This record gives sequence, structure tokens and C-alpha cells, in this order.
Amino acid sequence: MSARETILRRIRAAVADAPEVAVPRDYRTASGAGGLGGSAVQDLPGLFAERVDDYRATVLRAGPGEVAGVVAERAAARGVERLAVPPGLPEEWLAGLCDVRLLRDDPPLANDELDRAHGVITGCAVAVAETGTIVLDGGPGQGRRALTLLPDYHLCVVPAGHIVRGVPEAVALLDPRRPLTWISGPSATSDIELDRVEGVHGPRVLDVVIVGN
Amino acid sequence: MSGTFLGMPAFPANAARAVQDSQLRHNLRKATHTIRAKRLSTIAEVPDWRELREAAKAVKDATLRDLDRHLLCLEEQVTATGGHVHWARDAAEACRIVAGLVRATGETEVVKVKSMATQEIGLNEALAEHGIEAYETDLAELIVQLGDDRPSHILVPAIHRNRAEIREIFLRSMPDAPPGLTDEPAALAEAARLHLRQRFLASKVAISGANFAVAETGTLVVLESEGNGRMCLTLPETLISVVGIEKIVPTWRDLEIFLQVLPRSSTGERMNPYTSTWTGATEGQTFHLVLLDNGRTDVLADEIGRQALRCIRCSACLNVCPVYERAGGHAYGSVYPGPIGAILTPQMRGMGSPLDASLPYASTLCGACYDACPVAIDIPEVLVHLRARAPHPPAERAAMGAAAWTFSRAVRLTRAQRLASRLRRLLPRRLPGPLSAWTDTRDLPEVPAESFRDWWSRTQGGPR
Amino acid sequence: MRVALFITCVNDTLYPGTGRAVVSLLRRLGCEVDFPEAQTCCGQMHLNTGYQDEARRLARRFRAVFARHEIVVVPSGSCAATIREHYPRLGVETPRVVELTEFLVDVLGVTDVGAYFPHRVTYHPTCHSLRGLRLGDRPETLLRAVRGLELVPLPGAEECCGFGGTFAVKNPAVSAAMCADKCRAVLDTGAEVLCAADNSCLTHLGGALHRQRTGVRVVHIAEILASTEQDKPAGTPIASGRGR
Ligand code: SF4
Repeated sequence: MSARETILRRIRAAVADAPEVAVPRDYRTASGAGGLGGSAVQDLPGLFAERVDDYRATVLRAGPGEVAGVVAERAAARGVERLAVPPGLPEEWLAGLCDVRLLRDDPPLANDELDRAHGVITGCAVAVAETGTIVLDGGPGQGRRALTLLPDYHLCVVPAGHIVRGVPEAVALLDPRRPLTWISGPSATSDIELDRVEGVHGPRVLDVVIVGN
Repeated sequence: MSGTFLGMPAFPANAARAVQDSQLRHNLRKATHTIRAKRLSTIAEVPDWRELREAAKAVKDATLRDLDRHLLCLEEQVTATGGHVHWARDAAEACRIVAGLVRATGETEVVKVKSMATQEIGLNEALAEHGIEAYETDLAELIVQLGDDRPSHILVPAIHRNRAEIREIFLRSMPDAPPGLTDEPAALAEAARLHLRQRFLASKVAISGANFAVAETGTLVVLESEGNGRMCLTLPETLISVVGIEKIVPTWRDLEIFLQVLPRSSTGERMNPYTSTWTGATEGQTFHLVLLDNGRTDVLADEIGRQALRCIRCSACLNVCPVYERAGGHAYGSVYPGPIGAILTPQMRGMGSPLDASLPYASTLCGACYDACPVAIDIPEVLVHLRARAPHPPAERAAMGAAAWTFSRAVRLTRAQRLASRLRRLLPRRLPGPLSAWTDTRDLPEVPAESFRDWWSRTQGGPR
Repeated sequence: MRVALFITCVNDTLYPGTGRAVVSLLRRLGCEVDFPEAQTCCGQMHLNTGYQDEARRLARRFRAVFARHEIVVVPSGSCAATIREHYPRLGVETPRVVELTEFLVDVLGVTDVGAYFPHRVTYHPTCHSLRGLRLGDRPETLLRAVRGLELVPLPGAEECCGFGGTFAVKNPAVSAAMCADKCRAVLDTGAEVLCAADNSCLTHLGGALHRQRTGVRVVHIAEILASTEQDKPAGTPIASGRGR
């Protein structure tokens, strides 16, 4: 008998007596169902900003026409000279940059080229207010997964309309067929004395720009 | 499970040694108390924590109830999206499969992202036998590997080491450690970053586990902090994931529960820095999924014990356990230490060795683990259940039999009490045999001149 | 109200003073107390050590002894938890079993039992009372209402004391280490008296406190709640002979 058949047979024998299980979903769900619907948060961008800040990432707010200026200011503040750019990123976000070489990932950059980039700029698919999380799904303006991994600095532009309350709302919006990366603050570790320190293999610096309100 | 633990003495002896190690106790106390406070505060801000916990428990129970169906669905989805699925009955088979897959790539080095399943099957040692070197990339795993040590915690395998010891290990065993390395955690993390950078960029094969596998979509999920996981999952051309069959959740939507309960329970963060999900062969990668049984179906067959398979390896039960805090993880002689280890190891390995038979007793049944567990595994219930199946020493059996005999008739108890009362001045202050463990550190209570029942029958409860 | 008292084998044999206190307290509050003399032990030790058959026999025995009683009061958190939580798993149904402080607060609805105990007291919640029975702050509420009593909080109160029944003998090193930490926390409070709702844990902690000659006495909560001004001269807790 194959391993597959053996395992499946063992399972069937093991749970033959197990009762049916109903899953109660009484927690706060995306549709607002569940017993706790009354806790709707009004100011999602405000909550998101506060939670991102808790991870020691920097959060900035920008009006719709101010993104280019904030991006340019951030790039200068972080000393970025080579900035990786995913395909599909709105060109107007880059309009304020000067003295920055743009490394377009189209065709894809080699890993060592990417490794030498000082930073990367992306948008995001969705952002979660309660946990201060941004989610990238590889769509336009977000790029493949390595793009936001190898450069040491990540500048993420989050349109306020992409911010949802909690994890259930984000899961409902996301497409599981796409590779997803959920990012909550800069890379960090709790491996030394179970205390969080920022900055290991992923980007050590994360700036988040919230656009609009 | 890993052979490195074979032949270890029973838990009490290991724990007694650990208790003597004041540095170890200091490290464990500091780390577990840090995380306890954090966990409580991030959980307190979730208004529907109890409902999430109920749902998490139910989803896992429902998964186990129809595990065969969910596994077949997962296999179908992974295959349909370009991945390859392999089934392994036991550790040896899983190692054989992985070694074969690595060899087929022609590579002799692999990078690894921390995974309990691969530790459980002793994959690194098995690969070494095939001439394949496996490099751990998680900071704590790196500390363990460089220190030629064993993991002592599910989440933070080097929890028994403090920053000063980690610095020493790095200076001793990491060839490219910066000479002026301090014991600042940020500096230590930086050293690890530099040490592993080229390896990430050059590696062609990576091995991972997974926190969840979504049956409905074939999606795998890895939660991590450092970005080493992302490096391993993204950069190499071939990715091999070894996943226990109980890691399944039926639907994509179920992640909305687990992505909330797992980070808050494990590192006490609202969300871990990075969560990666992928489905099948992604961005041009070759993807292999190895589904691992290795004793899990035996656990599944035990009506009370099977709840252990709900475990999502958050390690909250370790962090709140007073016994773990003092005994340390090594005392449990398994890659699964602490309360979950005490119920999982004896079920997966059996209770044939003195160590494994002692594990169900490595608990005061205080219940802190059950309270903390995000999938509501009643660990004390399973411990008591396993104790009933454990081999009992003859002297203990005799004593328990005598006690049961005494308690089976009130008159016998009365006689025993009166005898004790009569001899109360003659009773020793130090108890003999195994009971001396009691009087080594504690005085005995004085036996009263009259038991309660004798007082009652004499006075009918005294004056009214 | 008429109640049956399950005194527990430990209290019966070693701490009759606790039993006498329970009787006098319940009577003071207007209860009629029955003591079915056929009672022995709930089987907790057997159950928790892995002797399920013996435990089941004792559980059935308990059921038979208390079958005709409506409510059974137990002055021990761990025994009450054993009966309430574990008996159903052994397939043994019992009449309503409540721990003493639950009985006072929930059934009788009293929080001030008219006690007088002029001492500095700290309370250890014990695991089965805290996480098993979920007694919550019932015991502290009762203690706070005791005249003359100064209740000082115990740091890390929710942590196990390391007794764990046969654990103390099977894993003596860890048990002693936990006990030492708990004793240190007790001493840090400056309390004269360590109180709990379970004499098993107090045997363990009291034995260590006595061995270390700390002067801290351990007293079951029933004995504090039973104390009144007419009782013994202030300063002499009822609990006597708790260590040799
Ligand atoms: S048993 Fe529960 S608390 Fe312990 S690691 Fe598993 S899920 Fe976490």
C-alpha cells in the first residue's frame, strides 16, 4: 500500500467515532456579523497610523496631491540613491525625486542588483488598521516578493481607502491564489530573551505614507 | 523524533539538574515573564478573544474529523497549481523523500526556515548522511546550531541563552562575526544578518515547514519575524515544505481566526512582522509539499488525546508553565517541550522509555496552560488521561491500593486515623523512601489528637 | 438551609480545626449541617496520579454517600473541582457540589460573615480554586469584610505553589523551587498569615514556611471566617499545630 493510502486509512479508522463539529463564528467578522458588531472604529487611518507607529515604523500622512513631495522627502531623509520600483507604480509618486536612480524591475532585476538597492517603493493591496499591517499581493505597484525583501528600506504608500478594520476584512478581500506578504513593521526578532528588536534579514527600516483620509 | 534525545534520563532527574543551574533559571524566568505580560496585554485589547478561541478550537476539531477529505482536497489544489505532493508515513520516509528531492537538484547545501516538523524528524542529521548540509537561518536556530546545542522552546529555541552567552557563541563559532561584537540584541541580529546574507542570495534549495495549509485553495502559510522565512520561501529555485497532516485548515476564511490568535499568543504582538502565503508553484519556483504522519494518526485515534493535534505551536503554554520555567526545555527530552510536549511526546513516541513515561507527570495540573491555549487544549485533562495509561512503579501501586482500601470503608479510615493519633508523638519527622522528598524541604503537619469525624460523633458538631 | 458537609480526607485526618470552623461558620449563618459519616475521600489523588479505576470506585462511593443530599459544601477547592469537573468524565453524576466560599457568596448571598480577625493576611488563590472552579474574587471579598483583617495582595498570586499532589514527591526539585518562590512572595508581603481555600496547598507551603522558621502561619479561609471577637484571645489563630 502506498504511504498515501496508508495514512488515509489510518485517519479514517482513527476518527470513525468522532462527532460532527459545528464552527461558531461569533467573533467580529468582515460582514459585521457576530455578537460584537457595535465596536466599529471610526477613524481607521488614525488607528492604522498608531498601530504602525508601535512597530517603530515611521508613519506620515499626505494629501492626494502631496505624495510626490513626501516620497522625495523620505528618500532624501533615508539617504536613498538607488530605489527599486515595481511595474505599475503610479508615476506621479516618483515625480519629486531628484538625484535618485530608479531601478525598474521590468525586466526583473538580478538578486544582487536588488541587494544593492538602497530602498524600494510600493503601494499595497490592503492594510489592516487594528494590527498595523500592510498586505502586498504582487499586483500593480507592488511587485514580486523579493522586491520588498532585499533592499534595506521599504517605503510603502497606503491609500486611506485601502485600510480595513481587522484581519477578517483583509482576508475577505484578498485572493489566495496570489502570493501574499503581510508586513507589520520592519523585520524584527524576539529570539533574544523574548524581547522584540527591530532589524534582521528583511528591510530594517519601514516608512508608511497614508494618502488621503 | 530526533535521535539526539535518545537515552536521556527521566524528567525529574533532568529537571533537578536544571533547577540547580541559576543562570538557566534566570534566563528562563526573565524571558517567560517578559512574554507573559506582553501576551496578556495584546489579548486584553481584543474584545472577541473568547469567541475567536472557541472558533479556533472548533475549526481544528472539524478539520480533524474530516482530515482525509481535507488532505485530498489540499493535494488536488497544490497539484493543480503546479506543486508536487508527497506523503510520508514516518520520519525515515519523510527524510528519504526530502533527501531525494534535494539530490535531484544536484545541490549539496540547503537553507532552512525554522520548522518543528523537520526538527521532529531529525531532517538535518538525515540530510548530513546524504552529504547535504542544512543551514538554519532563524536567529535562535542559528544560535542553537552554532552552539552545538539543542532547542529548548518551540518558538525561541535558544530561550535558555541570554545575550551574553549568545555573543560568546557567535564569537566562537561564527567565522565572520565582527570582532567588536557587543551583546546588544540589535548588534547580534546585525551579525546574523551579515553572516547569512550571501547564503540567502546563493542558495538554490530551501526547506520550510508551514503554520497552516488551506485545503480549499492549496495555500501554505508561514508566519515569521526576521525575514529569513521570506528569503527561503522566495529566493531559491526549489522549495520543499514538510508539513504535519494536522496543520490543515479547511477554508481560506479560517485564516481570519488563526492570523489573529497565533501572533498574539506566541510573541504577544498584534501581528508578527511577516506572514507569507503561497499557492503551488509560485513566481517560477519548483514546489514540493511533504505531508507527514509520523505518529499523528495514533494521536488522532485517542478520543481524549486527539485534542493535542489542534496545537498551532504558539508556545503560550510553555511561557506560562511554572514547571517549564524551572525545568527548562531540555528536560522534556523532545523537540516539543513544556505542557504541549508533555502530552504530545508520549502519544507520538509511546511510553516505553522512562523519560517518555515520566512526561505526563511533569506537571502540577495547575491549568495555566489550558487557560493560555488559543485552541483550548485541555492539557491537564490529557495529562491525567495519559497518567492512567502510564506504567506505574510497584511501590506506588501498592501504596495507592492500600489507600483505596482504607478509603473504601469509613470504618477503615477511622481506624487508621485513630492509630495515627495514638502514635502522633512517635511519628518520624523525616519520611522514608521516596516520601523523603517531601520532608527534605518541608516540615510535616502535626497529627491531631482527634480526627474531625471522631469529634463530630462525640459532639454532633459541638455547641449550637 | 440544610447542607451536607464533605470534609475531605485531608481535613478530616489532619485539620479537624478547619472542619470545626466550617461547622461553626455555617451554623452561625443559619445552616443546618449534616455530616454523613460514611464519607471518606473524593479520589482526587488516585485520579490525578493515574489510578482511574480506584478513583472511579471512590467517586461512586461519594455519589452513594451523598445521594440523598441536595447540596454538598466542600472546604477544599481541589476536591470540589475534582468532583465537579472530573466525576462527569468518569461517568459519575453527583448532587450539587459547591466550594465553601462559593456557597457563602452565591448560595447564601453573604459577603460579610461577621468575622473578626485582627491580622495582616495574604491570600493564595490556589490553582483549582482559581482556574478550575473560577472562584474569582469571592474569597477576597469575604476576607475584606472581616473586621480587623488587613488583606495584602500576593505578587504573582495566580502562579502555582508547586504542590500538585504526588507531583511534590515525583518531581521534588521543581516542586521545592516553586514552593521557595511562592514563600518568598509571601514573605515579601509582610503578612503574618497566609490564607487559602485548600489545606493541601497550605500543607506544602506551611511545611516550608515552618521549616524556614519564618513565623508566617498558614490558615484555611474557613478558620478566619469563623473567628469572632468572642473567640480566642486576639492573635492566636485557631489553626494550631500546623508544623512540627
Ligand atoms: S498547546 Fe496550545 S498553547 Fe501550547 S503551543 Fe499548542 S496551541 Fe499553543
